Amino acid sequence: MKKDNFTEAFGKADTDSESALTGGFELTDGSRVAVLGGGPAGSFFSYFLLDIAGRVGFVPQVDIFEKRIFSKVGAVGCNMCGGIISESLVQTLAAEGITLPPTIVERGIDSYILHMDVGSTRIDTPLQEKRIAAVHRGAGPKDSTGTRWGSFDGFLLDMAKAKGANHLQGQVTDISLVDGKPVLSVKGGESKQYDLLAVCVGVNTPTLKHFAELPIDYTPPKTSKTFISEFYLGEETVGKYLGSSMHVFLMNIPRVEFAALIPKGDYVTFCMLGEDIDDDLVRRLLETDQVKQCLPPGWEIPKVYCHCSPKINVKGAHPPFADRLVFIGDCGATRLYKDGIGAAYRTAKAAAATAALHGVAAADFRKHFMPVCTSIERDNLIGKFIFGFNRRINKLEQDRKGILGMVLHEQEKPTRPKRMSMVMWDTFTGSASYGDILLRTMHPAFLFGLVRHIVSSFLNPKNFNGRKG
Amino acid sequence: MESGNLGKAFNDGDVIIRQGDEGDCMYVIQSGAVEVVRHVDGKDVPIATRSEGEFFGEMSIFEREVRMATVRARGPVRVITVDKKNLMKRIQEDPSLAFRLLQTMSQRLRELSGEVAHRKSR
Ligand SMILES: Cc1cc2nc3c(=O)[nH]c(=O)nc-3n(C[C@H](O)[C@H](O)[C@H](O)COP(=O)(O)OP(=O)(O)OC[C@H]3O[C@@H](n4cnc5c(N)ncnc54)[C@H](O)[C@@H]3O)c2cc1C
Repeated sequence: MKKDNFTEAFGKADTDSESALTGGFELTDGSRVAVLGGGPAGSFFSYFLLDIAGRVGFVPQVDIFEKRIFSKVGAVGCNMCGGIISESLVQTLAAEGITLPPTIVERGIDSYILHMDVGSTRIDTPLQEKRIAAVHRGAGPKDSTGTRWGSFDGFLLDMAKAKGANHLQGQVTDISLVDGKPVLSVKGGESKQYDLLAVCVGVNTPTLKHFAELPIDYTPPKTSKTFISEFYLGEETVGKYLGSSMHVFLMNIPRVEFAALIPKGDYVTFCMLGEDIDDDLVRRLLETDQVKQCLPPGWEIPKVYCHCSPKINVKGAHPPFADRLVFIGDCGATRLYKDGIGAAYRTAKAAAATAALHGVAAADFRKHFMPVCTSIERDNLIGKFIFGFNRRINKLEQDRKGILGMVLHEQEKPTRPKRMSMVMWDTFTGSASYGDILLRTMHPAFLFGLVRHIVSSFLNPKNFNGRKG
Repeated sequence: MESGNLGKAFNDGDVIIRQGDEGDCMYVIQSGAVEVVRHVDGKDVPIATRSEGEFFGEMSIFEREVRMATVRARGPVRVITVDKKNLMKRIQEDPSLAFRLLQTMSQRLRELSGEVAHRKSR
């Protein structure tokens, strides 16, 4: 923690607004709001709290504590993620007036290529438009000297600052409740009391354990280990071999729910989600022909490369709020495996609207914020079922051939309904809710199509070997 | 940084939406500018220009009428299509998403009323 920064900012804020610390549960002019964590959840929350409060006519004092430096390469500036901003989030942000510039977006994605051991096929966005953004969360991988693109998290943090939030660079080391109000302490011992604490620390931090020690009822999220790596290829090579497509691998490898190669600017991100992914599993997948065929001929796993094994939330916190405390993004509720940034936006906005329009008591969050978290968690139950079903279907070669056959058939003519293609698209890009996806798979035409293609793969097994769409 | 462009590209003069067509989406300008023209009595009457960050075609989100004007690219432009269904679902969960749309539409209405009053007073 830069002591000067903290003392200066808070020393000033203390004298300016001491009297503004309110006893009630409603935020008013000068109310103090601490945002712990300046990742997507923290920045979205700050931005929308200031925006909505401004519309109804008051200005809270919002302090964002963030330990990372998003302008730096490597771990110190990175929030470890695949960096896909989903199609639905890109659209929603555009409607909010937040357009993502090409200085932040490293690649616009308009299609994905589904790779299976039985063949591969390309699926384009419904409108053939680049509506998915591939970004780096920090300034770039650790072996780079910085990419030409800026950090996505830095962009969001700047947006919150431009709305009026204070950014305090450094780590919060202690959290307590004094007279029912949250108090944050930083290295060096300074501490300050707030009317509201928005906890946006994600799940890759030891900070969550502080909340177990508070006299509140909070069970942190359940997590699982994942894997991400960054491989340098150079912009031209990335464009040549991966294009503007995300490459998704559906293979019969145990414990793997999802693996993808995501083209960025000069780098390609390799991402694996599933149950406790370990080095062996990573190597096994990276060495398959399906992965190798997406990369330049002769490509080998480099000896040294930027990689990490972050945790991912697989079951939300409960309850994600208390009086004057709200848990947003990954440390509260998020979507299973997909569109975590979209879920951070949704929960942040719901929390901001609750705090600005209703109040910061547990009852306010229960009534106005919790429904969004519950809807995400309910949808995740369906998501678990879909991924479980996927896993089962992946075990049988004929089923994999059936899926591929159906997608290939749909892609042959533009006029054909794209039932399986869209189910795949939405499952892998996180563009629709799991409930929506499940409903579509129950359509008689979908089921008939799938059965027809599975039967046909049994009858004509040779048709499928290594087919490409 | 070409690789990071989002949306769909249009060249100068390209028609993005056409008056009288049915619409089920609105557009947000990612970069560049567009011209809104209304076809009246065989003539194209320019009614507005919209630039980066602004949206157009929003009426089809709220009503089921055909497009009331044609929108053309003014120089190279990139736009992001926002689907009606996606937006409606989001607005249902978060009505405050409509704040900005309503604010802009109310500003446009205010400008229009000003213009009508000005013309009537002449
Ligand atoms: C392998 C993997 C791939 C993923 N891919 C995608 C994807 O492609 N698209 C997508 O939408 N989502 C993806 N996600 C999910 C996404 O990363 C998260 O949902 C998202 O980052 C959640 O945002 P957040 O703000 O809640 O938490 P975080 O992004 O984790 O941010 C928390 C912030 O809090 C700060 N912080 C923590 N403790 C302290 C402290 N004590 N003091 C000060 N600061 C602190 C941290 O430095 C950090 O900046 C992926 C996740 C994983 C694990």
